[in-house]
Amino acid sequence: MKNLLKILFIVVTVLTTYACSKKEGCTDPLATNFNPNAEEDDGQCIYADKGCMDSRASNFNPHAITDDGSCIFPLVPGQPTPSPLQIPQIFSQSLPAPIIPINNPQTVEGVSLGRKLFFDPILSGDGTLACASCHSPEFSFTDNSQFSTGITLQQGDRNSMPIFNAAWNVDINSDAKFFWDGRANGLEDQALGPVVNPIEMNNTWINATASLQADSEYPSLFNAAFGTTIIDSSLVTMALAQFERTLISGNSRADLFFLGQGSLTSSELSGYDLFTTEFGGDCFHCHGFANEPLFTDNAFHNNGLDATFLDLGLGDITGNPADNGKFKTPSLRNLAYTAPYMHDGRFATLDEVIDHYSEGLVHSSTIDPLLKYVAQGGVQLNPTEKADLKAFLLSLSEPDFITNPDFQDPN
Amino acid sequence: MKINKMKTILNTAFALILAGTLFTSCTKKEGCTDPAATNFNVEAEKDDGTCTYATPEEIIVEEETEAHITFNFTHHFDGVPVTAANFNQFSFVNANGDTLSISKLRYLVSDMKLYRPDGTVNINEGYNLVDVTNNTGLSYSIAGTDLGALVSMRFNFGFDTTDNSGNYVDLNSASWGVPTMMGGGYHGMQMEGMYKKNGADSVFAYHHIVTKRPSMMAPFEANHIEVSLPGIALNEHNVVVELKMNIAEWFKNPSTWDLDTYHSALMMNYNAQAMMHQNGYNAFTLGVVSQKK
Repeated sequence: MKNLLKILFIVVTVLTTYACSKKEGCTDPLATNFNPNAEEDDGQCIYADKGCMDSRASNFNPHAITDDGSCIFPLVPGQPTPSPLQIPQIFSQSLPAPIIPINNPQTVEGVSLGRKLFFDPILSGDGTLACASCHSPEFSFTDNSQFSTGITLQQGDRNSMPIFNAAWNVDINSDAKFFWDGRANGLEDQALGPVVNPIEMNNTWINATASLQADSEYPSLFNAAFGTTIIDSSLVTMALAQFERTLISGNSRADLFFLGQGSLTSSELSGYDLFTTEFGGDCFHCHGFANEPLFTDNAFHNNGLDATFLDLGLGDITGNPADNGKFKTPSLRNLAYTAPYMHDGRFATLDEVIDHYSEGLVHSSTIDPLLKYVAQGGVQLNPTEKADLKAFLLSLSEPDFITNPDFQDPN
Repeated sequence: MKINKMKTILNTAFALILAGTLFTSCTKKEGCTDPAATNFNVEAEKDDGTCTYATPEEIIVEEETEAHITFNFTHHFDGVPVTAANFNQFSFVNANGDTLSISKLRYLVSDMKLYRPDGTVNINEGYNLVDVTNNTGLSYSIAGTDLGALVSMRFNFGFDTTDNSGNYVDLNSASWGVPTMMGGGYHGMQMEGMYKKNGADSVFAYHHIVTKRPSMMAPFEANHIEVSLPGIALNEHNVVVELKMNIAEWFKNPSTWDLDTYHSALMMNYNAQAMMHQNGYNAFTLGVVSQKK
C-alpha cells in the first residue's frame, strides 16, 4: 500500500514538472533587464556598475561596484514603552480603574509626543496658539479669562475648562462626555474640536497635519509613539489624550486628611461638615466627598444661575427641553487656580460662587431639585459658615499639580 | 476505529490530490485552506475540498446546568406605567392631592433571597442599582438557582447594615454615597422632581438612606427595607420575574406624604426616614412570571 502511494507521488511530480512551462526571464529587480512578467529566472540578468552598496539599505545592490548615493534606509517601526498612569491612593481605594481606550494605551513616547503637541502652536491656523494657551499648567490647565481669545481675536461664550483627572470622566450611565455641554465622547474626540473651531485655532486638520508632516522632528516622534511616520488627526488626538490622561490631581491637603495622613484646620473641618450635610451646604450630591474623591459627579445640572437660558447647554446637544440650561459639574479640585467660575465665567471669585448657592439661586423650569432652598434663594449660610466652606474648598487645591515638571512646556 | 477512519481519509485525500493535480496542472497550488481544519496546508492557495475536521465526539458540548432568575423592574404610579419617557411632566397626583413630576428615580436592591419549601434559602450576596432615569439596571439576573418551587422571595431595598459598611467603587463612581456625618454608606433611593404648590413649581428630593437617628447624640438605626414577595415555581431554566414598584405607595401607605412638610433635606430627618421605611414595604408587588425564550 505504502509503496504504491510513493510511486503515485513520483508520477504526479514528474507529470507536473513537464506540464508546467513558466514564463522565463530576469527576475531580479536590481538588474537593468529585469522583466516584471518573468516567473522563473533564466540566469540572463545584466547588472549596472553603480548602485547602493550599503547592505543595511532596502535597495542594497550586491552587484554594484560604485556607490551612487541612492541608498534608501527602511524606518524601524517604533516600539513604544508602556507607561502606566500614576494613580493617587485616594483614587485607587475608592474609584474604578481609569478609562483608557484599548487602541490608545499609555506609552512613554506617546505621552512625550502629546506633551510637545499640547504646548506647540503648530496646530493653529497661523502658528500662534497652542492648547496650552488656554489650558496653562499654572492655572490648572485653564486660563484666567472669562472667555478665551482665538487666533482671529474672537472670543467664545464659555469659560475654558481646567484639565485634570480626565481618565475618570465617566459615570455609570454614560460614556465620557467632554465640554460644558457634553458634546464630545471621550478625550480623543474632544481634542478634534478646538483645532478647527473658527474662534479657537481656526485651522483645518489637513493643514495642521501637513505642518507636522513637514516638521523636522514630528515624523520620527510619531514613529516612536505609533510606529508610523504618516501623521493624521487621529494620531495627533491620541497623543494629546495620552498626555492629558497623565494630568492627575489627587494629592491635596484634603486628600491627606481623608487618608489619615494629614490634618485640616478647624475652619476647614467645619467647612467639610457643611459640605457633607443636608442642613449645611449640601454640596456632596453633585460634588462628591471623601469616598467620591473626584469632587464632581461628571453629570449635568441646572444650578440656578438664570430664570431664562441664553445658552441651552446640554439641551442644545440632546435636543431635549428637559436638558436646557444644564452644564457639566466641574470638579472642585484646584479652585485656587481656576477662576473665573461657572460655564460662562460669570463669577470672578469663590466668594461670589458661595454667595450664589447661599442666597442667589434662581428658579427655572429645569432647576435641579437637589438645590433644595431655591424658593429662599439658597442654603442661607452665615459669614462664618461661608468662610469655613471656602477654607475647605481651597484645601482641595494641590500646588504640586500646577508645578509638576512633567506637565510643563517641553519646547 | 479512529485509525481506520484516518486511513480512509488519507486514501481519499491522496486520490483527490492525484486527480486534482492531473486535471488542473500548473494552476494554483491546491490543498486545504481552512486554518480550522486538522489538515490545513499553509502553502495551499486554492481550497481543494479535502479539509478534514476534528471528529464530533472530540467537541465537548456544555449543557446549561444552572438556572437563572432574571428580575425585571417595572414602575407605575397607581397603575399608570412610568418610564423615563414620562419624566419631567406633571403627570402624577399623590395621595395628598399634590400634582408632581419626576426628574430622577434610582434605587438599590441587594441580597436576593429565595426560600425553598424545605426551609433552606438561596442567598445571593449581590446588589443592583436600578436607574429609571437612564434606563440602566432595569434587569438583574442571579444564577446558581435550583429548580423547584419557592415559597417566597425577599430582598433588601438598600443595603443592610453589614453591606452598607462596604466599599463599592462602582457605586462611588455613580455618586451613590452618603457622607459619614449622615450615617455613611449609600443611598437606598433618590427620587426627585417638582410639585405644584399654590400654582408655583417647587422642588422635592425624596432621598431614602439606610440609616436614621432621632438626634445627633443617638446611635444610627438600620433603615433598609426587607421586601417580601410570594413564591413562584421554578420549573424551567431562565425564569423572568417582573417586580413592579408602585411609586405612589411611597406617598401613601400608611403615611400620607405631605411634600410641603417633607420635600428636601430628608436624609437627616428621622421622621421622614421612618415614614419612608414604612411606606416602602408596600411599594413592590410581583408581576408577570415568564420563561425567557
